[in-house]
Amino acid sequence: MKAKLSTGLTLMLLVSLLLFSFQASAQDGTVSVMGVWGGGELDAFNKMIEPFEAATGIEVQYEGTRDLPTLLTTRLEAGNPPDIVAVSGPGMMKDLAQDGDLVNLENVFNMSYLREDFDQKWLDLATYEDGMYALFIAGDAKSLVWYNPKVFEENGYEIPETWEEMDQLAQQMQEDGISPWSIGLESGAASGWPGTDWIEDIMLRTASPEVYDQWIAHDIPWTDERVKNAFEIFGKYAKDPNMVYGGPTSVLSSNFGDAPNPLFTSPPRAGLHRQASFITSFIKESNPELEAGADFDFFPLPSIDEEYGTPALGAADMLSMMNDNEDARKFMKYMATPGAQSIWLSELGKLGTHNRINPNIYPDETTRQMADFLNNAETFRFDASDSMPAAIGSGAFWQGLLDYVSGQDLDSVLENIEERADDAYSSGNATN
Amino acid sequence: MEELGKKKWVALFVGPATLIVGLMLLYPSIHTFILSFFGPNSEAFVGIENYIYAFTNQTMLISFRNNLLWLVVFTSLTVGLGLLFAILSDRVRYEKIAKSVIFMPMAISFVGAGVVWKFVYTYRPPGSEQIGLLNQILISLGMEPIGWLIQGPWINNLALIFVGVWMWTGFCMVILSASYKGIPRDQIEAAKVDGATEWQVFRFVILPHMAPTIAVVATTMVVNVLKIFDIVYVMTNGNFRTEVIANRMYKELFQYRNFGRASAIAVVLFVLIIPVIVINIKRMRGEANE
Repeated sequence: MKAKLSTGLTLMLLVSLLLFSFQASAQDGTVSVMGVWGGGELDAFNKMIEPFEAATGIEVQYEGTRDLPTLLTTRLEAGNPPDIVAVSGPGMMKDLAQDGDLVNLENVFNMSYLREDFDQKWLDLATYEDGMYALFIAGDAKSLVWYNPKVFEENGYEIPETWEEMDQLAQQMQEDGISPWSIGLESGAASGWPGTDWIEDIMLRTASPEVYDQWIAHDIPWTDERVKNAFEIFGKYAKDPNMVYGGPTSVLSSNFGDAPNPLFTSPPRAGLHRQASFITSFIKESNPELEAGADFDFFPLPSIDEEYGTPALGAADMLSMMNDNEDARKFMKYMATPGAQSIWLSELGKLGTHNRINPNIYPDETTRQMADFLNNAETFRFDASDSMPAAIGSGAFWQGLLDYVSGQDLDSVLENIEERADDAYSSGNATN
Repeated sequence: MEELGKKKWVALFVGPATLIVGLMLLYPSIHTFILSFFGPNSEAFVGIENYIYAFTNQTMLISFRNNLLWLVVFTSLTVGLGLLFAILSDRVRYEKIAKSVIFMPMAISFVGAGVVWKFVYTYRPPGSEQIGLLNQILISLGMEPIGWLIQGPWINNLALIFVGVWMWTGFCMVILSASYKGIPRDQIEAAKVDGATEWQVFRFVILPHMAPTIAVVATTMVVNVLKIFDIVYVMTNGNFRTEVIANRMYKELFQYRNFGRASAIAVVLFVLIIPVIVINIKRMRGEANE
């Protein structure tokens, strides 16, 4: 009896504590923020909110989770959403906005200022139907081709402006005994992902951003001609021993982090490497003596079809507001300032999306140029594989890519992914 | 009253074991069996669809083929080499050292062994520095490097199986060696005096004596093979057609979130292991009767 009583008391105490803490989060003087950040990102976030807390006296309560959608759904169902949520991308933002869970930021910000501060494409990406539901605080660029400027200079290579020029450059490299491309798809249990970025970049350049969006939403099937075409273009490089260093065996067995290394051997073994901005840290780790700009540099992956220009593929950090209260408004307004965003950017080496970011906060000229490319690109799209259901975007798509490069017939590869997509998607015109 | 008291005692002894087995083995098995007839999120009843998938899907067929290859090659090599080492090591003075060396890989975890051998098998294109031991040996012999983990279906599967053999041969050797040492020496000597050749001694004296132990070791290896997962997961993740059934189950569950298919594969795996368990139990009963 006694044991039961004490258990009961403990339970009651726990429940009341929980209730109290929930109430606390809704109290005045606090802003609750939910996101996926941990480790270095969390440190950067804490640094970013420090001045805000000091100036306003508002306490920011951050709740980090790796499983954001699940936790957010639970909190919404309980009628207790966080004030601010760091959404994973426009897809998640639209889903929440559609259900009426987000605050229209047009009523929060002075839009004429915001239009001056942000390129129209960032505002467009944050817009759903008649409202704006997210604020961009940083971006990453993926459509980058890395090269060794010294090798380019010695051999008289020019930076290609179009895809044909890039192929001509590849021809030239072959004649000089350099493999044009270096590709590495190995990444442990995540093997294959570096190839998905290739397919996405090619889709954006051959099929249009609209078709790209339909592809993510499974409005077009994987067996669609345009998807097949993107795989085939990738295959022309990844599967041809004359085009890629070491041929497909090397492509499949090289780790993505080691893949840029053949560019920096003497003599160079490969000439070009397509990878996101973060690869610079891998380059520096394997070759500490190399300097950004002088020893390695990038150019934007050129346009294939003139009509679609040179789109930028990447990722971005976005904040959405779920509760409209004075403190949350203050927080969002603070996050829209170049000062707050600069802390985030310089701590994490990300690229700014705000027009008033001081270029001097970037560690080097190369990063400044990446930020320029990101902001000047007429089209920006989020990494498709990150926006697809995990079973596809971090499953069947990776697997299919490896199967294709290792020699499996493309039609059967795409049919396999399509079959998986039918299971994984609950919407989309192509879902059976 | 006497009878009831006895029942109580039986219940007291058998009860806890029954409860634990029921809770931790029986209930999950039955639950998995039921789930295998439902869809990805265990909501809609789909009949035997998941089983049709398990036996017709291309990747599943590859896993079955690979598991069969593992079964034949792994079991025969571990037991065969184990037997060979057990008998040969008995004849040398440095027996203890030799056996320790062969047994040592057993102390390494599957994942650790996978990582180590992944380095050994590393491929770099011809002309660049090889960092994989095996390919460097090939280069020094004037040959081309081989993508050990990439080229299928034979090279990569056998390369993976070899890692398993490397780990488990020591285990087989130790058990078989104990059994070998249990054979009465006078029988072997008597056979030799009667003019039997080495092979005849092995075939007609040693082998019959060791047969029960060999069978136990072999069935243990078969169970091992059917469960094989870690080596494949770490080294190729089932890519390049090296998929095995257990890895397939893991992917269906954690990558594709398809509880139905994962359960169906688990049931298939379970059913495949049953005959081996039955053989083992029969053998144990047989031994008890002797």
